[in-house]
Amino acid sequence: MNIAYGIGAVVVVTVATLAIGTWGLRFSRTTSDFFVASRSVRPGLNAWAISGEYLSGASFLGVAGLVLAYGGEMLWYPVGWTAGYLVLLVLVAAPLRRSGAYTLPDFAEARLDSRVVRTLSSVLVVAIGWLYLMPQFRGAGVALRSATGMAPWAGAAVVAGVVLANVLAGGMRSITFVQAFQYWLKLTALLLPLVFLLVVWLHDGAASPAASSLVVDGASGFSWANPLDVAGDHPLYTTYSLMVATFLGTMGLPHVVVRYYTNPDGRAARQTTLVVLVLLGLFYVLPPVYGALGRLYAPDLVARGATDSVVLELPQRMVGGVGGDLFTALLTAGAFAAFLATSSGLTVAVAGVISQDVMSRRMEGVTAFRVSAAVAVSVPLAMALVARDVSVATVVGLAFAMAAATFCPLLVLGIWWRGLTAAGAFCGLVVGGGLTGFAVVDRLVVDRDGGWFAALVAQPAAWAVPASVLTMVGVSRLTRDRLPAHVGRFMVRLHTPEAVQLDRS
Amino acid sequence: MSDARPPARPARVRVTSPHTERRGSRPRRTVASEIDAQSELGEIYLAALLRSQLRLAVGTVVTLVLTVGALPVVFWLVPALTAHHVLGMPVSWVLLAFACYPVLVVLAWRYVRAAERNEREFTQVVERW
Repeated sequence: MNIAYGIGAVVVVTVATLAIGTWGLRFSRTTSDFFVASRSVRPGLNAWAISGEYLSGASFLGVAGLVLAYGGEMLWYPVGWTAGYLVLLVLVAAPLRRSGAYTLPDFAEARLDSRVVRTLSSVLVVAIGWLYLMPQFRGAGVALRSATGMAPWAGAAVVAGVVLANVLAGGMRSITFVQAFQYWLKLTALLLPLVFLLVVWLHDGAASPAASSLVVDGASGFSWANPLDVAGDHPLYTTYSLMVATFLGTMGLPHVVVRYYTNPDGRAARQTTLVVLVLLGLFYVLPPVYGALGRLYAPDLVARGATDSVVLELPQRMVGGVGGDLFTALLTAGAFAAFLATSSGLTVAVAGVISQDVMSRRMEGVTAFRVSAAVAVSVPLAMALVARDVSVATVVGLAFAMAAATFCPLLVLGIWWRGLTAAGAFCGLVVGGGLTGFAVVDRLVVDRDGGWFAALVAQPAAWAVPASVLTMVGVSRLTRDRLPAHVGRFMVRLHTPEAVQLDRS
Repeated sequence: MSDARPPARPARVRVTSPHTERRGSRPRRTVASEIDAQSELGEIYLAALLRSQLRLAVGTVVTLVLTVGALPVVFWLVPALTAHHVLGMPVSWVLLAFACYPVLVVLAWRYVRAAERNEREFTQVVERW
């Protein structure tokens, strides 16, 4: 394929990102998230921005690659990522907005009146952020190798560098309008080529990728298409634990929570989340179709272990010529934009927490933020270059599991139960974070063959989340004489509609 | 002057009731002020709001678990769903890859409407007095 197209697409997206980030900041003051006075972004626009930022490279390229490689059992990921927003809407959206908290550590301190819990929350935000960032850099490296031929480590370093430059320049993230545009770019980049690919498929006789006779890399169509990995060790446990992680972990992701601050009130927060659900659903039906087509038209990628690039490879193989190259360039642009947007958002969220809660004593203001941003980017980049070759979705899944075992109980109990104490929250966070942290290290470092232990460690949410909840509740009951004094007022603030005149101080 | 007096008029009588003249009567308490004072009555109103919202939230999550959450078990118990094809792919695949999303949207939409109704009712109660 013509590498010039690939490089061209990457350069265009990079330049556009940096240009809009620096120059656009000047007239973004009316729509910027950082200005309290203009917290009046319409639910629709805000929803596009949230979706645009949420759809990472894992969503754009990773899901299709996983579906090609492993088949139906990977479909639980996009469904889980979307259902997580439903759980967030129902349990957390409006109260979180009304709490006035900008980040998760903010919420922890506001609810529990405790600096210790705030600091621990900050540590966990950084850990989860890094777990989410590492596979982004990895995946970007793979995408760049496919599009431009550069080595994966170089691609990862390039993306990390661009993200850092972007964040230091003022950050695309602060511009709701640009993030909103991101969603439409990604949706179009994925949908437009797919229409042509489907026409080619129909023209070729509409063969089924799930036909039993079609054997790719040792797997027959039937076992490939099965949403349950019946050939594997513990299909039901794995699927349910993954569900727990994705359903409950969305609310604990650092770059998700900060978007709620921009809604004018609790009602708007709910409506925004509803629109996000629709937009995510529209998007997530597309990658699996690429994966399925890939089984018919690019089966060699499975044996080569290069399935993550199936979305970029298909247009040349199925359409060919200049049209195929242009589609690939469009998809490369979409993928690169996806990596940049989510990574920038995460980096800003993580850097903000580092500079505020970890560094505030040594350095001030802008310098602190810049150093924090550099740290926020270098650690996951190092992890991406050094860690064992684990798939992108696995690491993202572990990030979700950690969020589900730490911030989900904190948010849900903090919002709905007066009895949560600082001690209870602290112990619960330690238990949830520790258990999932152990699972992460084990998964990334140790190469296990099979069996129960490997299954439990690969998907830790099913046991880590209950452990964390029980700890939080148990310890809170033991320390119930130390309830925060203002809980009553805080509950009024979280749950009553803003229009009602009440004392919420 | 003569002794003519105007006919006696009946003395003015003032009709009262215990409610209109209470010494040291306090101003009418509104529900909002009860809530602000965190009195027992205020707590009852607030708890009622929380309970209705929590019940709604839990109900939606339970529905989610019983629909999308039941799919793994359903696929496990009914392998025919994977064996049988529609649109070139197994039925179970089509359900998971396409049919789940509208279900999630419908659940979300119904939740938003019901939650707003709960809040409207609470607002009416609080502002009634």
